[in-house]
Amino acid sequence: MRPLLLKGGRVIDPSRGFDQVADVLIQDGKIAAVGTGLGLPDGAEVRDVRGNVVAPGLVDVHVHLREPGNEDVETIASGARAAAAGGFTTVCAMPNTDPVTDNQAAVGFIVRQSARAGLTRVYPIGAISVGQKGERLSEFGEMVGAGAVAVSDDGKPVVSSHLMRTALEYARTFAIPVADHCEEPTLAAGGVMHEGLVAARLGLKGIPAAAEEIMVGRDVLLAGLTGGHVHLCHVSTRGSVALIRSAKEQGVRVTAEVTPHHLTLTERDCERYDTHAKMNPPLREAADVAALRQALKEGVIDCIASDHAPHAYDAKEAAFDDAPFGIVGLETAFAVAYTELGAGGILTLAELVHRMSTAPAAAFRLPGGTLKPGAAADVVVLDVAARWTVDPAAFFSKSRNTPFSGRALAGRAALTLVGGKVAHQAEAPAGS
Amino acid sequence: MTAPPLGKDLVGLEDLSADQIRLILDTAEPFKEVSERPIKKVPALRGKTIVNLFFEASTRTRISFEFAEKRLSADTVNVAASGSSVQKGETLVDTARNLEAMRIDMVVIRHPSSGAAEFLGNRIRSNVINAGDGKHEHPTQGLLDLLTIRDKHGKIDGIKVCLVGDVLHSRVARSNIWGLLKLGAEVGVCGPDTLLPRGIEELGVCRFRRIEEAIEWADVLNVLRLQLERMEMGFIPSVREYYRVFGVTAERLEKVARPMTIMHPGPMNRGVEIDSRVADGPHSVILDQVTNGVAVRMAVLYLLAGGRPELADAAKRSGGLE
Repeated sequence: MRPLLLKGGRVIDPSRGFDQVADVLIQDGKIAAVGTGLGLPDGAEVRDVRGNVVAPGLVDVHVHLREPGNEDVETIASGARAAAAGGFTTVCAMPNTDPVTDNQAAVGFIVRQSARAGLTRVYPIGAISVGQKGERLSEFGEMVGAGAVAVSDDGKPVVSSHLMRTALEYARTFAIPVADHCEEPTLAAGGVMHEGLVAARLGLKGIPAAAEEIMVGRDVLLAGLTGGHVHLCHVSTRGSVALIRSAKEQGVRVTAEVTPHHLTLTERDCERYDTHAKMNPPLREAADVAALRQALKEGVIDCIASDHAPHAYDAKEAAFDDAPFGIVGLETAFAVAYTELGAGGILTLAELVHRMSTAPAAAFRLPGGTLKPGAAADVVVLDVAARWTVDPAAFFSKSRNTPFSGRALAGRAALTLVGGKVAHQAEAPAGS
Repeated sequence: MTAPPLGKDLVGLEDLSADQIRLILDTAEPFKEVSERPIKKVPALRGKTIVNLFFEASTRTRISFEFAEKRLSADTVNVAASGSSVQKGETLVDTARNLEAMRIDMVVIRHPSSGAAEFLGNRIRSNVINAGDGKHEHPTQGLLDLLTIRDKHGKIDGIKVCLVGDVLHSRVARSNIWGLLKLGAEVGVCGPDTLLPRGIEELGVCRFRRIEEAIEWADVLNVLRLQLERMEMGFIPSVREYYRVFGVTAERLEKVARPMTIMHPGPMNRGVEIDSRVADGPHSVILDQVTNGVAVRMAVLYLLAGGRPELADAAKRSGGLE
């Protein structure tokens, strides 16, 4: 592989508090040097990235890649390709596949499929319970041995508090987070959107904020009890934010993620029964969006995760009650966050890179999220001046279910390198 | 040629202006008389094909629509969910496309999912009339309730109407709230908090937690049907207690001096939400509602089919426009 010099970009490396115009030299798949006036090795390729941002590749700790089981909707290869297009160099695949990823063989399959795709790194998350049935623990040790980086029953909450407690305790041996989808099932049963005025008007069954907050409260209490690391998936309410803030102040080992859509959309996007606004947890109120943004800025919420959830092209062509929950997000996550939070003055660009790269890598103790010399060259070149309109037909993902179709956004990945190898290059390179 | 007075579809009263609602009520007036004739038929919709697509059981609404269609001389087909391709797993969108392929003019749809009528309307060229979608709206019921109140009180503006009972699960309640508010009525809701949607006050209605207070306040009580399965789902402890606490009884009504107009969208649970003596009493307009239902539905069908409101009266007399 030829050495590569990314020349003249604004280099943002939150892992080292580095933010200045500099060159990045990549050699043998690793970051060789970051600085100015770097010597050029023989045969090196030089790319002029002036005006662009060079950052550690983005990290998404929450995606659904549907393989095995629903390969018509997404595969590990197509998901990895979509991730690369979105500037991600690492994603973590949730285990609610068919069959469930709840054993070392299933985990190994995902590792192999990821290696075969050779694009964005896909790390498996193993199931907390066998078959995600919420009854008995799956074999964390064997799954970690095969490459799992966390455990979760995502898609479903861990209903039994006893099971959650034992998962948090048992996971300590392997130093992995237990990621929970917080939803109290009896309160949420049958709900399809946020319980509030819009649901009252539309005649749709609501999911109250308390359904999430009760489980957030329980989980931080159990993390406090056990000393285990709980990671809270897709936090959506201001009440959850308050609970997480308080837990962190007390030193509980809790990390949390928020999706781009919960940071930017509200229950009002469900108007006219728009099934692309149907997700779980549901889109909440403007006051929740404001609290989530503030929490992300302060680090009460650690990171942004897409909760990329592909569905068949016609699955959302249904009455609201009958449509599935979830949207794809890998190819819009950065631009939505940058347009709404970065350009909107909520987060600086460096803060946004931190929340989408260094912080999620740290939360899941993954390699990546850094441009430190010697680290794998997982790098994204972000063209923050790019203006583009979301066209789902152009997605690399096999699925098209997005509420952002037609939305004018700023910023996109011009170049994504995984281990120094080009995983994605935008059609119109920066500066052209 | 002026623009059509209504949109392509009738999905809900939330989307209509006060003028559009008044237009439908006014258009219903001449159609009332058609049903009083020995020969109850005018040719206004001759040659039009209408499908009554009922994904949920219904007696009153389906028959009322069917009479309205037949009295306007439309050709109608009834499709019920049981025994149809729907039961065989066909999706709503496929059902719609197949109907469209048969070149129909209108669909009257009842469906258990909120938003189903709008969904259908956005995907086919035919006019779609919502005959009740989930817990969302039942606009023709709202319209017939408005017409009945107007008949009884001579106006709607300023009349105090209280919806009693299971507002949470009621499409009738939502259509009533929008229609009444747009025409200037004051609207109350009364029931246990378990059966009232959170945040309902923000729509501009007042909430009564005790039936006695609602009776004290209202000119009209529109008593909603209590679906008995709500009890199994834990919204109320028992039917007996519901009747004791929220039942509209003669004893409660006697405490107020003025007459109280009593409405009910049916089917009634006598002795649950309403006392038989009240339902059959002198101030009950429950059967007038049913009569008005046919006229209102004739008006909606006529207007959506492109009938000109100023000619509805002439249509009635001379045999009508097409």
